[in-house]
Amino acid sequence: MTTVPAASARRPANSALRRFLRAPSALIGLGLLALLVIGAVFAPQIAPQNPFDLAAIDVLDARMMPGSVSSGGDITYLLGTDGQGRDLFSAILYGLRTSLTVGVGSALLAGLIGILLGLIAAWSGGFIDALIMRLVDLIMSLPSILIALLMLALLGRGIGNVVLTLVLLEWAYYARTARAQALVERKRDYFEAARGLGLPTSRILLRHVLPNCLPPLLVIAALQVARAITLEATLSFLGLGAPVTQPSLGLLIANGFQFMLSGEYWISFFPGLTLLAAIVAINLVGDRLREVLDPRALK
Amino acid sequence: MLGWLLQRVAQALLVIFAMSLVVFLGLHAVGNPADLLLAPDATQIERAELIARLGLDRPLWEQYLNFASSALQGDLGRSFVYNVPAVTLILQRLPATLELAFAATIFAIILGVPLGLYAGLYPERAFSKLIQTGSILGFSLPTFWVGLLLIMTFSVSLGWLPASGRGETVRVFGVEWSFLTLNGWRHLLLPAINLSLFKVSLVIRLTRAGVREVLPLDYVRFARAKGLRRGRIVVMHILRNIMIPLVTVLGLELGSTIAFAVVTESIFAWPGSGKLILDSINALDRPVVTAYLLVVVTLFVIINLVVDILYRFLDPRVREEASA
Repeated sequence: MTTVPAASARRPANSALRRFLRAPSALIGLGLLALLVIGAVFAPQIAPQNPFDLAAIDVLDARMMPGSVSSGGDITYLLGTDGQGRDLFSAILYGLRTSLTVGVGSALLAGLIGILLGLIAAWSGGFIDALIMRLVDLIMSLPSILIALLMLALLGRGIGNVVLTLVLLEWAYYARTARAQALVERKRDYFEAARGLGLPTSRILLRHVLPNCLPPLLVIAALQVARAITLEATLSFLGLGAPVTQPSLGLLIANGFQFMLSGEYWISFFPGLTLLAAIVAINLVGDRLREVLDPRALK
Repeated sequence: MLGWLLQRVAQALLVIFAMSLVVFLGLHAVGNPADLLLAPDATQIERAELIARLGLDRPLWEQYLNFASSALQGDLGRSFVYNVPAVTLILQRLPATLELAFAATIFAIILGVPLGLYAGLYPERAFSKLIQTGSILGFSLPTFWVGLLLIMTFSVSLGWLPASGRGETVRVFGVEWSFLTLNGWRHLLLPAINLSLFKVSLVIRLTRAGVREVLPLDYVRFARAKGLRRGRIVVMHILRNIMIPLVTVLGLELGSTIAFAVVTESIFAWPGSGKLILDSINALDRPVVTAYLLVVVTLFVIINLVVDILYRFLDPRVREEASA
């Protein structure tokens, strides 16, 4: 089952890219994602208002309908305003910035740690392997929200602490795949050849084994980014994640929740819609990546 | 079989031990409770006396043993906020959470099995593709966001169902239950649907995959050749065979459903243990947080252990594999 034709692992990158783009769902996902990333990166340039600048916010403008004009007459609130009179469109752009940074940052950090530990486990075997893999089992068997509650009860809220929690939850997925993949690669001829040449272990692992393990890890990375963004939003919604001064999408949704019951739906609906768009876009891209990169899905 | 059982129980105990160690080091040993309990103008002598009385001058391993032995006797300290034993507080709130989790699981079966069956039997139909897409969404949508949409639609716009609380309850065996009154059901419906979202998708996936796997097998074709009615084949031959993995996965999911109830309880103001833990984390009510984490992890481990054992017991193929 795990024997994979060698040719499929070393497919030229541009043909993989071409195959990736052939699916319409992947194109939609990629386009949506590009739009969101541009919005997040250029938030200070695009947003009509700096939502963190208290001088720019007028409390009298609180909870205005989408499309209203500010009392100063200089801004049109495209998506309305929140409970403090912030322009919701601006707040969403800045919130998206926080959410994406946390999601991508934690996925990268977890990937680095997880892949390294996975390779070490595959390489050393024995006690170290068993130790690392039991840790992986433990983390993967417990519900993620439980570990998150424990970590944040311990550390308190804050962006850094959320990232730390997400890394703790995510590294196990990379480690398990990296290990399994490395064990397969270990049996290959090129591996024997590299060893025969007397190359140092670190070089064999990082320059020869790792690149061959990358395709499935990339798929995991995409899905973990989506998972991280969801979990961060959930934790922030529960009041355990992002601090009030740096609201992520989850916190914006939470802030709007109290107004929802009185019919002012937009305060949490639009941040929610943005969150949804981000998660769906990443999942579409991730799913297509899996179809293109995973040789087992090729049929 | 016995060897496997012992190994599995040891594994379960190890997880509980590891969690208790983490909780102890993280929540119990960090910071000095004496600072919280003493008046600001207390003398050094009073301070030293209190520290000795609480056993905080002992080595860490001895403190852990004390902590563990009182935990085993159900004593994890008193809540700072409610001033009642933390374990009692959790156990009082747990039935509401369990009620919600079971209701969600039942919804998952009622909704997921027929949809999965349909998608598996007629994979080419448009509605099956819709079910597939829906199940992908169910996996990736954040639960709390769906909960908000449910409230927005059914409580605010349509005004059909209440958005918060448990409604009228009936006391049975000293515990309040919502599912015994009509009003309670109306309160239970939205939270249960919300919590079941992920599981519905899971059940759809599993049922569909199971049907696809079983359908081309000889015994199904033989049943068809014998001229059995289609409904009978589906219920007696196909469904029966995919029930074991389905029930196993749902059983294993029950533990995480209880943990994830935190989110749903917070949205729908459902007065269960999840709502309590959030309030306690924000109020820095450490004994309650400690008690919650230990109780839920223990519950989780026990559920998984029981499901695992039952699975081995029910499925002869796995049983033989284990003894081989």
